Amino acid sequence: MSVIEFSPAWTLILGAALIPVLRGRLRSAWTVFLPLFGMLQMWYLPTGEWAQLSFLGEELITMRVDRWSTLFAWVFLIAALMSVIYGLHNRHWLTPVAGLTYAGSALGAVFAGDLLTLFVFWELTAITSVFLIWASDSNTSYRAGMRYLFVQLASGMLLLFGALQHLSETGSLRFDHLGLETPGGLLIFLAFGIKCAFPLLHNWLQDSYPEATETGTVFLSAFTTKLAVYCLARGYAGEEILILIGATMTAFPIFYAVIENDLRRVLAYSLNNQLGFMVVGVGIGTELALNGTAAHAFTHIIYKGLLFMSMGAVLYRVGTVKGSDLGGLYKSMPWTTVFCIIGAASISAFPLFSGFISKSMILSAAAYEGHLITWLVLLFASAGVFHHSGIKIPYFAFFAHDSGKRCEEAPKNMLIAMGIAAVLCVGVGAFPGLLYAHLPFPVDYNPYTATHTLTQLQLLVFSALAFSVLMRYGIYPPELRSVNLDTDWAYRRLAPTVVARVTAVWGGVRAGLTRATLGGIDNGIGWLQRHHGVQGALARTWPTGSMVLWVAVLLTAFLLLYYF
Amino acid sequence: MKPTDERERWLDRKENVDKVYWSVWVMCGLLLVAELFLQEKYTYFDFENWFGFHGFYGLVACVALVLAAKGLRVLLIRPEDYYERD
Repeated sequence: MSVIEFSPAWTLILGAALIPVLRGRLRSAWTVFLPLFGMLQMWYLPTGEWAQLSFLGEELITMRVDRWSTLFAWVFLIAALMSVIYGLHNRHWLTPVAGLTYAGSALGAVFAGDLLTLFVFWELTAITSVFLIWASDSNTSYRAGMRYLFVQLASGMLLLFGALQHLSETGSLRFDHLGLETPGGLLIFLAFGIKCAFPLLHNWLQDSYPEATETGTVFLSAFTTKLAVYCLARGYAGEEILILIGATMTAFPIFYAVIENDLRRVLAYSLNNQLGFMVVGVGIGTELALNGTAAHAFTHIIYKGLLFMSMGAVLYRVGTVKGSDLGGLYKSMPWTTVFCIIGAASISAFPLFSGFISKSMILSAAAYEGHLITWLVLLFASAGVFHHSGIKIPYFAFFAHDSGKRCEEAPKNMLIAMGIAAVLCVGVGAFPGLLYAHLPFPVDYNPYTATHTLTQLQLLVFSALAFSVLMRYGIYPPELRSVNLDTDWAYRRLAPTVVARVTAVWGGVRAGLTRATLGGIDNGIGWLQRHHGVQGALARTWPTGSMVLWVAVLLTAFLLLYYF
Repeated sequence: MKPTDERERWLDRKENVDKVYWSVWVMCGLLLVAELFLQEKYTYFDFENWFGFHGFYGLVACVALVLAAKGLRVLLIRPEDYYERD
């Protein structure tokens, strides 16, 4: 195997091990070099399957290079590059090491041609990424990290059980279309569903991502969930249940996003909403829909990274990303403001920005297949995402009422990373052919028809009108210092309360039982003592006279009974 | 704190914020007018041909979204340290 055929996954994972021993500029250069070298490998990587291993009699394929894995590997490497540049101001080695091994694990999972290899890298993404949350070094982040790790490992366990079940059902560990017809397929679906933040399985995402460091969240936003989308596309394309699941995912998080105060958590909710579009695409399963999913994953990783980078810059400079505490920052951070607006325009799918050319493929696919309700929900979610990510994020952070906070512009490395992302957002949006040429299936789609451009602009500008009017007349809910209950309440509040109550009740019952048992034993011993003890009635020596008396009484009674 | 000697920005003046607000109305109007000049509307569903359908759908969707979220907040809101208390 030549150096080029060596997986870029190992370049990042093994290369990251050197970071702690390097210092200063050399360390910075090395962290940037690793994803760049990974890209060079990608450039020369031939398609096909190789690096096969035999494990317990099973054939494992650690490198499967086709159009799907190539596209995801490229965007993962771009995300890794942006993230490491973004984090260069941080002198500690933990974030780049965790981030690059995490990115490498995600790449390894993308190239996995069998379920066991996928499982190994799946678990590695969980174990490496949790350090990005713990790097915040607070009690809150420690606890959030533990919850995150628990959920991620649970997903891994399901994947392993599912893979073994699949092996016994089909005799193969190969990772192709799995389907929902078998128990193994269902278990793996659930494992993917957790990582993809399906409704009710979603809250680990909003719970943990906002607790990571400013760079950690940028890394986190790129890999785990899109890896899950990739796996769903490989294993479950065309499963209709995904249309329902995806449509629900697009709609319900946006209600939370409107009332959430932590702006990075708002972005986590909108990430969930964007995943919904991709899941719908997988569920529809036509070539256009799957192309849409792949394209949307690509554009989304970049614009979502850009949005998280802009909020991370605010967090780094101001120390908070609470909407209630911000406002007027455009005066201090003009470049960050511009980059944030470009990210916001991209996620909102404004024409000439990247989201427009990818999301519309999924909406068109839904319409072509006659999914009217789904199409209406997606249109609602498109308006909603503009509302909370497109307007709310830049408005409350950089404009709104002037909070009086003044700070420096983001560090240069952050601006460079945001600049790269912004150029890609506009570049892909303006020249969609660049991306379309690399999608899994041949593309015959033009997003820039007059009708589509006009109707999309109408949708967005009228949504902006709704925001403006509601804001002007004080109807829009103000940003309040608060948390909103979500499904994490079940394991952060309900479960501990139930456990505490049950423990308390059980403690009482046990004490009562102990008292009753010990009391019973005491009484029994007392009774025995009374009757058989040293002074007990049955142990006493009785005078012969009293015995004769009692014999006489008995004989008299017998005599009387005999006569009557 | 806000520095007192800071130069005034364009958006600091209320009348300019008003200009931004009214410009959104104007843009909405222009986009409706533009639809009149659309030679042929290529749509997937019949109702998309209703005049300004996408615009009004976006408007109603966003107002409904905000009002529903506002109602939802009454049920869901908790103090910031809700999960931190022992």
